[in-house]
Amino acid sequence: MREKTAATLRQAMEAAHLEDGMTISFHHHLRNGDFVLDMVLREAEAMGLKGLRVAASSVFPCHGRLARAAERGVVAGLDTNYMSGPVAAAVARGAFAEPVRFRTHGGRPRAIDAGELHIDAAFIAAPAVDPLGNLSGVEGPSACGSLGYAMADAAHADTVIAVTDHFLDHSPERISIDHGQVDVVVKVDRIGDPAGIVSGTTKVTRDPVGLVIAEYAARAIEAAGLLRDGFCFQTGAGGASLAAASFVRERMREQGVRGRFLLGGITGYFVDMLEEGLFEDIYDVQCFDLAAVRSIRENAHHHEISASDYASVGRKRCYVDDLGAVLLGATEIDLDFNVNVHTDSNGVIIGGSGGHSDAAAGAEMAIIVAPLLRARLPIVVDRVRTVSTPGRTVDALVTEYGAAVNPARPELAQRLRDFGLPVFEIAELRRKALAMAGEPVRAPQGEREVAVVEYRDGTIIDRIMA
Amino acid sequence: MRIAKPTVQPIVKPSMAGSLESNDCLVSLHPLAKEELREGEEVRVEVDSIVQIQFGAQIEATARDVLARFGLTRVLVRIQDKGALDCTLRARLEAAVLRAGGDDHEA
Amino acid sequence: MKRRTMLFVPGNNPGMLISGPVLGADALIFDLEDAVAEAEKDAARLLVRNALKTLECGATERVVRINGVDTPHWRADVAAIVAKEAGAGAGTVLLPKCSTPADVALVAEALSAEEKRAGRADGEVRLLALLESALGIENAFAVATCSPRVSGLFLGAEDLSADLGAQRTLTGEEIAYARGRVVVAAKAARVDAIDTPFTVVDDLENLERDAQLGRRMGFDGKAVISPQHVRIVNRVYSPSDKEIAWAEKIRAAMQRATAEGKGAFSVDGSMVDGPIVKRALRILQTAGRLNQEADGLREE
Repeated sequence: MREKTAATLRQAMEAAHLEDGMTISFHHHLRNGDFVLDMVLREAEAMGLKGLRVAASSVFPCHGRLARAAERGVVAGLDTNYMSGPVAAAVARGAFAEPVRFRTHGGRPRAIDAGELHIDAAFIAAPAVDPLGNLSGVEGPSACGSLGYAMADAAHADTVIAVTDHFLDHSPERISIDHGQVDVVVKVDRIGDPAGIVSGTTKVTRDPVGLVIAEYAARAIEAAGLLRDGFCFQTGAGGASLAAASFVRERMREQGVRGRFLLGGITGYFVDMLEEGLFEDIYDVQCFDLAAVRSIRENAHHHEISASDYASVGRKRCYVDDLGAVLLGATEIDLDFNVNVHTDSNGVIIGGSGGHSDAAAGAEMAIIVAPLLRARLPIVVDRVRTVSTPGRTVDALVTEYGAAVNPARPELAQRLRDFGLPVFEIAELRRKALAMAGEPVRAPQGEREVAVVEYRDGTIIDRIMA
Repeated sequence: MRIAKPTVQPIVKPSMAGSLESNDCLVSLHPLAKEELREGEEVRVEVDSIVQIQFGAQIEATARDVLARFGLTRVLVRIQDKGALDCTLRARLEAAVLRAGGDDHEA
Repeated sequence: MKRRTMLFVPGNNPGMLISGPVLGADALIFDLEDAVAEAEKDAARLLVRNALKTLECGATERVVRINGVDTPHWRADVAAIVAKEAGAGAGTVLLPKCSTPADVALVAEALSAEEKRAGRADGEVRLLALLESALGIENAFAVATCSPRVSGLFLGAEDLSADLGAQRTLTGEEIAYARGRVVVAAKAARVDAIDTPFTVVDDLENLERDAQLGRRMGFDGKAVISPQHVRIVNRVYSPSDKEIAWAEKIRAAMQRATAEGKGAFSVDGSMVDGPIVKRALRILQTAGRLNQEADGLREE
């Protein structure tokens, strides 16, 4: 351990023999509280490096330095699964010399495993490092739980640099990344701001329309016959998804159903369901709150998994393949059920796939939950501005007025009807929205390609113009 | 509601209706002096909407329609829109017009 | 007509008005009275008028709570919600602070005038009397029977308690008499009895208890002040599977007896008479399992 500790970040970076045009990678477990990406870029600029490619599993509003580094030529390319904040705005301005490559949470480790995304140096924010050099996410002032998104980087990068603010004098309850994969360890003052890392508490929505959508979604899952022993489930961490989870939980209790696992980004709400005995296990690629961090540290049935195991098609099997149902959001969905989570109705980048298309592809029933209108804008459009998740992998849209089922699944539509749920053609939902809101003018599209959207299997399924 | 439709006339006083809550809009009317108007201009409409690109033109058209029905001229209409549907926008415009008229429209 | 849940929606809030129809209530009450500040009465009236025209409410009853006859607003409220500009308009007017048949007569007359002006049938808009004063409770039966427009009595416990000098409690002992009186008067007049809302938004446990109490006492439904309450109150006021099964059994036995030309019949060893049949049919009606013609039940 001693010999691989660098005194400063600069020394660690020098040890990696960084050169212009190289690819450096980062994980996003510290979310909007991450200091490491900016810290490395500041140092890279000071070292006079140019044309770097940043492969960050996600980019948040705290990563303003990345936008600046792009404008100054320090960074030329960006490879990510999700972005929001000033970097998204910089992409639209054309600050990056090369089009951004959007991947999915499963597609990124697939590309790394396959050698398509070669990483010269991985900078792994590590909340705790033990005397052997093992990395752990469950201890230290910046504890974030799972380090699932960093695992492919640790396994394949030419140089692996762990950046930490907390040395342990013991072995932690959970080792996320083995010391055998780590080349250099460097200690800095702080790797992150705990307030931005975990949201603290996650609450079920109080929005009445959100609750109606959530209840319909839960009933759709029941109608599909999925609420049986062995059920595997994933939702997002938003208030509406949690509301749907709460209705699913109620039904499981009433019917004495015991599910097999909960998957994906984990909140305290999921932890409660595990502890209540409604599910056997949690497979956790990302913790969203402190309750999840505590649980992954203490509960042997709360497992840390890599992004590859979570969702990579390069694996013979991944966890999303076992999902019974997943609830996902959308900024737009079109008449062919294609979903956009990359851009808003003005064409501005506001997110990215994350695990959206992975979970949709794997789940037996992928449900998009969204209100019929969002600020007068119909959620159902003729053609989505950006295809994030192909319609063939989406089974149903659930709105506050009822559901629309993919015509490829007539038996599912019948089950929902038999269960007493209002079921519409998706075009009917569009007509309903237009009758209330009027027909929106489509925002013009730019002429410069600023990003490409790579599907989980490596094919390019769309391009984003600005 | 029954409203006696006045002949073409300027409004009496500035007025406001609505709010900046989501799904609502804030409409304000200001009388304009003749010299503040451009050649051939009778009504000026300013729209600031969260769905400007998609609905800005429709919002302006609705504003002009409502003012025309009341026969109002020499007026500046400002609309700050937070995603109001057309029925909401019309209600806010009409409320602002009635308030600007200075009549007791309760009667 | 089902009135298990009658949900109040603030009349000057476009977001809530628009989402009203999807919240699962049997009736929506667009509120022009307490939910609207004095300075916004004019704007709310226009907004509700336009909402009545635009919103697709389906089978949901459209009720408007107008301002009381002791205010300068009520007449314009009536005009706006019946006018052509309101499209299909309000189906029902909820009249607050209704204390005497004279209050009803005043509004009924105004409705007739506005119906005529809008080209609607006379008497089309129905009335619900909101009884929320001691005098209103005392006059319950007279109010319920004074006009064919009156389709129900609606208890308002908050104002009533103030009028009585009583203290509101979660368990509602202070309004036990008023509840009983309203139910008896409504049933005697063959109109609906609607229970007062439960006003603590987050106390879902006591909400359920309060709703169950009302249902046991004979109310037909309950006013609801939060969308969160709709699901629970709908459930409380819906027949249980056990009740439906019992009612189906009575109906089947009745149909057999009719076919065999028998007057009296028994189910599970007990004689079944008129009131029991009526109760069974009412359960089936609430559960939406009634074939009006075949079962010969008329709306009362």
